Amino acid sequence: MKRIDERPAPAPPGLPSLEPVRLVDRHGRRVDTPLYQSPGNAVLLELLRGMVVGRRFDQQAGALTRQGRLAVYPSSHGQEACQVGGALALDEGDWLFPTYRDSVALVTRGVDPVEVLTLLRGNWHSGYDSNRYRCAPQCTPLATNASHAVGLTYAARRKGENVAALVLMGDGATSEGDAHEAYNFAAVWNAPVVFLIQNNQWAISVPVHKQSKAPTLAHKAIGYGIRGHHVDGNDAAAVHSVVSGALADARAGKGPAIIEAQTYRIDPHTNADAPQRYRDATEVDRWRGRDPLNRLEALLRAEGLLDDDALAAMAAEGEALATRVRERMAGEDTLDPDELFAHVFASPTAQLLEQRQALRDELREA
Amino acid sequence: MTELTMAQALNLALRDALAEDERVLVYGEDVGPLGGVFRVTDGLTEAFGEDRCFDSPLAESGIVGTAVGMAMYGQRPVVEMQFDAFGYPAFEQVVSHVAKMGNRTRGGLRLPLVIRIPYGGGIGGVEHHSDSSEAYYAHTPGLRVVTPATPADAYSMLREAIESPDPVVFLEPKRRYWSKGEVEPGARTEPMDRAVVRRVGTDATLIAYGPMVTTALDTAAAASAEGLDIEVVDLRSLAPFDDATVTASVRKTGRAVVVHEASTFGGYGAEVVARVTERCFHYLDAPVLRVGGFDIPYPPPKLEEHHLPGVDRILDTLARLQWESRWVEPERSAPSAVAPNGLVLPAHDTRVNA
Repeated sequence: MKRIDERPAPAPPGLPSLEPVRLVDRHGRRVDTPLYQSPGNAVLLELLRGMVVGRRFDQQAGALTRQGRLAVYPSSHGQEACQVGGALALDEGDWLFPTYRDSVALVTRGVDPVEVLTLLRGNWHSGYDSNRYRCAPQCTPLATNASHAVGLTYAARRKGENVAALVLMGDGATSEGDAHEAYNFAAVWNAPVVFLIQNNQWAISVPVHKQSKAPTLAHKAIGYGIRGHHVDGNDAAAVHSVVSGALADARAGKGPAIIEAQTYRIDPHTNADAPQRYRDATEVDRWRGRDPLNRLEALLRAEGLLDDDALAAMAAEGEALATRVRERMAGEDTLDPDELFAHVFASPTAQLLEQRQALRDELREA
Repeated sequence: MTELTMAQALNLALRDALAEDERVLVYGEDVGPLGGVFRVTDGLTEAFGEDRCFDSPLAESGIVGTAVGMAMYGQRPVVEMQFDAFGYPAFEQVVSHVAKMGNRTRGGLRLPLVIRIPYGGGIGGVEHHSDSSEAYYAHTPGLRVVTPATPADAYSMLREAIESPDPVVFLEPKRRYWSKGEVEPGARTEPMDRAVVRRVGTDATLIAYGPMVTTALDTAAAASAEGLDIEVVDLRSLAPFDDATVTASVRKTGRAVVVHEASTFGGYGAEVVARVTERCFHYLDAPVLRVGGFDIPYPPPKLEEHHLPGVDRILDTLARLQWESRWVEPERSAPSAVAPNGLVLPAHDTRVNA
């Protein structure tokens, strides 16, 4: 952290701040941040609504996992401000490139929550129509979808469409070579892509200081000649403001940006993880004290924009969504083994048709 | 008819595709003003502009990854890996996304993209410039893997690969870039997923692809002098495999040898042998043999001639096809015997020594 302070020359323009951009502090008080503008009241309410609903969805998904109805679920708990703030910053025509941990971002984007869970339920590898929602499939190999966003926006530009893309990635993913290649391609092509790094401090069990020596992950932007922003990832207003600004810049032809959002993964990596082996419970408690929902709720109450009834309505919406998800996932799925062969190519090859028949025969005899 | 080298035929294919379809884009390392290190993209930037044919940053994973995104949004990118072994950084993109996106999204996001890869040895290249990487790709479900052996096929198959709704790994036999052949402008040859019989013969089938097709034909010519009439099948498509054409040939000749440059162990030839044996067992007069490179890292250029299969090694392998069993004349034209279970037995199954 000291390396920047020792620089003899003043920071070049666009250097991310070591202190993350914050518009609302942890007690729900506004922070005066001259370079960044707070979203309007309607957006602030929408952010809270998205986070309340998103957290309830997340809890429901966790419960379904414990009941054996999901194969696995990587929780978004604690990262709601990043996922809701990021998703709500997108225009309708923009594209979202999520990872497996970004279910709440997808729900916020309007994707059918049951379809969001198809991958994690184990029914198929992706459950929603990517073109309809303008959301790429949830990506499991880290950072590998980042270059897809660069290519997609290049294609959109060729078609004369002003489409920006938001790539969600974690702190661990920034160590991958594919992250570097995507940042560099985006920079060289001046691609309208915003890379939002949710630094939740842990890549499964590995802390972020074992991933990078950069002063902040946002500082990596300097090397690519693009803008970097460092934001408080538990401040939904700040995330929304910074991501919206970066997306607007991108659409205006000012090129890509890397945003690091400081947040925390409250839950284990997945239901199969054992965080007590690598992190202290007091650290989790400390981050619970920075809860993104409490913070925004406090602000909105203090400013007279939210009362008990309004909050109860948001909670009821989350409850209704959870109920729908629970009900729709209560029964057993009827999956068609024929489908294993249907989509490998645009038309199945002779060999796949033979294998499909062999499986049909096997099932008939069983 | 025009006589073109394979490199020129590929260039013409890209040129025609760019001219006919606005969605086609060509990019990679040095494919712009230089025209590619093998000049396959010569003049394309000049003819179609930086927007259609351009140099990208030097990063193969990024090249393929961006092509995935372009194809997701309706473009038809044709990207180049400069050499076989330089394509490995892109392997994860190829295996985890290019091959799987269409399946992952139930056909929602098809990836009509082409990855061109000059492959194989025989040009005196130093380390990392002569690998035969086809088995890695052919083993991956979801990829079409094709390789032309003639300039006419190079033109036609590249056009078809660009038009394909599926991702295609297009392997270009770099030692044949300069070999010439007649190319009818705009003409299409057989569909790219078909194997073709390059030389009709009766005694044994040589199954080859890419750079080894010429070598197989040379071998057949040499064998002819020794009284053997060899059929040569050019596979063209490694995935999917054209079982029908290959099976018909081997059932006819009763003997087969698979030839490739790649290391033999776990190589593509093993798959061919297995498939041929499964489908032709009762027609075979000898085990199906393989001729491939040794199981060594690709050798330095001054030693590569020892590694690459040549006419002599293929002839030696043909000689090991148990020709002694021919002392009983095969009764190929005799009526088939019908077994009690209704299976039709090929006539020569009843032979001694069959």
